[in-house]
Amino acid sequence: MRHLLAVEGLSRSEIEAILDRAESFAEVGRRDIKKVPTLRGRTVVSLFYEASTRTSSSFELAAKRLSADLVSIKAGGSSVDKGESLKDTVATLSAYDPAAIVIRHPYAGAAQLVAEWSEAAVVNAGDGKHEHPSQALLDLYTLRRRLGSLEGKRIWIVGDVLHSRVARSNLVAFQAMGAEVTVCGPPTLIPRGIETLGCEVAHSLDRLDEADVVYALRLQKERMAESFLPSLREYATRFQIDTRRLAPRQLLMHPGPVNRGVELSGEAVDSPQSLISEQVASGLVVRMAILYELLAARERPAPVEGEGAQSPTPLGQPA
Amino acid sequence: MSLATALDMRSGEGADIVLRGATVLDPVAGIEGHHDVVVRDGRIAELAAPGAGEVAGGEEIDADGLHAFPAFFDPHVHLRTPGQEHKEDIETGTRAAAAGGFCGVLAMANTDPPVSTPADVEALREAAREQASVPVGFLATVTRGMEGRELTEMAALRDAGALGFSDDGLPLRDARVLRRALQYQQLCGGTIALHEEDPELSGAGVMHEGPVSAALGLTGIPSVSESTTIARDAALAAYEGARIHVQHLSAAESVEAVRAAKAAGVRISAEASPHHLCLTDEAVRSLDPRRFKMNPPLRSEADRQALIDGLRDGTIECVATDHAPHAAEEKEVPFEQAAMGVTGLETAFAALHTYLILPGVLDLALVVERLAGGAEPFGLERPSLAPGSEANVALCDLAATWTVGEEGYESRSSNSWCAGEELTGRVLMTLAGGQVAYRLRSFSLGVAR
Repeated sequence: MRHLLAVEGLSRSEIEAILDRAESFAEVGRRDIKKVPTLRGRTVVSLFYEASTRTSSSFELAAKRLSADLVSIKAGGSSVDKGESLKDTVATLSAYDPAAIVIRHPYAGAAQLVAEWSEAAVVNAGDGKHEHPSQALLDLYTLRRRLGSLEGKRIWIVGDVLHSRVARSNLVAFQAMGAEVTVCGPPTLIPRGIETLGCEVAHSLDRLDEADVVYALRLQKERMAESFLPSLREYATRFQIDTRRLAPRQLLMHPGPVNRGVELSGEAVDSPQSLISEQVASGLVVRMAILYELLAARERPAPVEGEGAQSPTPLGQPA
Repeated sequence: MSLATALDMRSGEGADIVLRGATVLDPVAGIEGHHDVVVRDGRIAELAAPGAGEVAGGEEIDADGLHAFPAFFDPHVHLRTPGQEHKEDIETGTRAAAAGGFCGVLAMANTDPPVSTPADVEALREAAREQASVPVGFLATVTRGMEGRELTEMAALRDAGALGFSDDGLPLRDARVLRRALQYQQLCGGTIALHEEDPELSGAGVMHEGPVSAALGLTGIPSVSESTTIARDAALAAYEGARIHVQHLSAAESVEAVRAAKAAGVRISAEASPHHLCLTDEAVRSLDPRRFKMNPPLRSEADRQALIDGLRDGTIECVATDHAPHAAEEKEVPFEQAAMGVTGLETAFAALHTYLILPGVLDLALVVERLAGGAEPFGLERPSLAPGSEANVALCDLAATWTVGEEGYESRSSNSWCAGEELTGRVLMTLAGGQVAYRLRSFSLGVAR
């Protein structure tokens, strides 16, 4: 695997390799010194064009736990604010010879472009409404720990599917691991044609009891302004996941941050079947695993034969 | 009136040339066969038996195995002048047209500033008389500054030489404004060309709404954004008895709307672009905006088939490239941020030949006819190979293969939707407005033998 740009296109065995690797890093997290030297001397750039708390912090901590040097750039206060193009920013950062660039961007395909423009391994930490593959992988990891296999499990993704990169990545990821997926929400928030991705579409929670896992999406409050919803109250009445709608055997997930009282009731968030804090914990080890699979599995290219193939010229001696 | 007279181009010598033994095809004039195409002083003098054509002091071209068609006419190009000459200008844009076998183009008015005054039109016509390799006509905007509110001085613009009117790039969202323009057309003439789109339905859309947009998480532009507006405007044209031309059809529902309007007697014509005829929204999965982002967007396979059917049955009378050059930096950005539009003049024939003629979807004769079909909707004479006509000839090698962009472009911009594709069929030489407008470099070397 050269880059992690999307879940779409990943094979089941590639996904499982990352999840297995994450298991091994879980052990590191229980040590007193939670650091391994794997990426010593290599540079990871974290380039975030959108606000993020959990994704950026867990990628950055993952890089540090692998002993990489970290350059962290946020859109605010950088040359990005001064109108520099993404291409020019990538060219500038390439001067640091980064081993990996982790990028979050408000537009689809940004990570793919960075991969074309840079020598580094690129990790898509969210591109527009397109994909958020590390989220999907950490969700798979969380579910695998709880359920073992996802084969034949039914998963409902509920809420604003239209605007959700998490929904898109998870829809693909869950199906890749053998689960059956239903997306559910008001028709205004379900993209036309989504059923061609192999999922079922529902516009009410009436059949929610068939789900083994309920994955609720964040509902952005500004959606009312664009006529997607008449009111948050009407949305909550029909689509909020609460403890009345959720059976005790069902697991509840959410990518965060939660709008309590909108897509989830407060009790549901805090209920024993909620995996929300486990998802956050999984984020760190899965992102360590992603960086490891991209970088440690792919060592620096060997020097070309004939130029420096022997040991380097000692300092101070003529070449 | 010939294209060179009706439109503006650089003055030059009328061509004296014999295309010896060419396979001549002009379906409208009923010409099909092997002839020496004899061009004297810029006119088709005769179609002589192979070997019999003579031009004293003229050039002889061995056209054995090559096809001579009436050159093509594109009623929809963006020459970006004035104001955006970093993308294209009259010289580079008409060179691109000539390289694609076109003997005439109509330039859209959505420049910076838009072409809204008689002085704007006069300045462009003067520039064309110095720079244009092929005859160019200029449209003026329907509304002042393309703001969609007040009409331009349409009569004065016509007097200044505006070929017609269009706010292309933007729809006329206010039906009252369009109605007034259609009424005013009775006074001044000039076909009104319409970019049909409901901006509220399109919203922030960047591609066709459907399974691919759902998979990519890109905001979709629904087909009904186009078709509902066409239905509205056809009804207005019927009510006012006006003449309208619908630009760049993309959706099956739109073809149906035009077909229904024609059946009801509305004076409506329509165009489709090579990219909509050859590609679908599946191409957008690459997320490459340089080649695949334009408005209207690439739509579904069913839409593409409907366009092909419409072209075949005459609902769509012409191919128009909507040649829309953009600078590299406007396209080297994520898909949603990139400028809309692709170039198409240099590849129109080769693409249609490769994608539709060779696989047997459309006949060569039909495509040749539709590629020259853009003149008549604007009151211009259709290019013809009939003796006596102004020489407007595209000489093509249907067997030649070439990789688009490998040798660069005549256009200033490189956002060709065919970039990097190997196409079969190539324009070797173009006569436009009676002059030699283009020769493929390697071909002209061949001639010297």
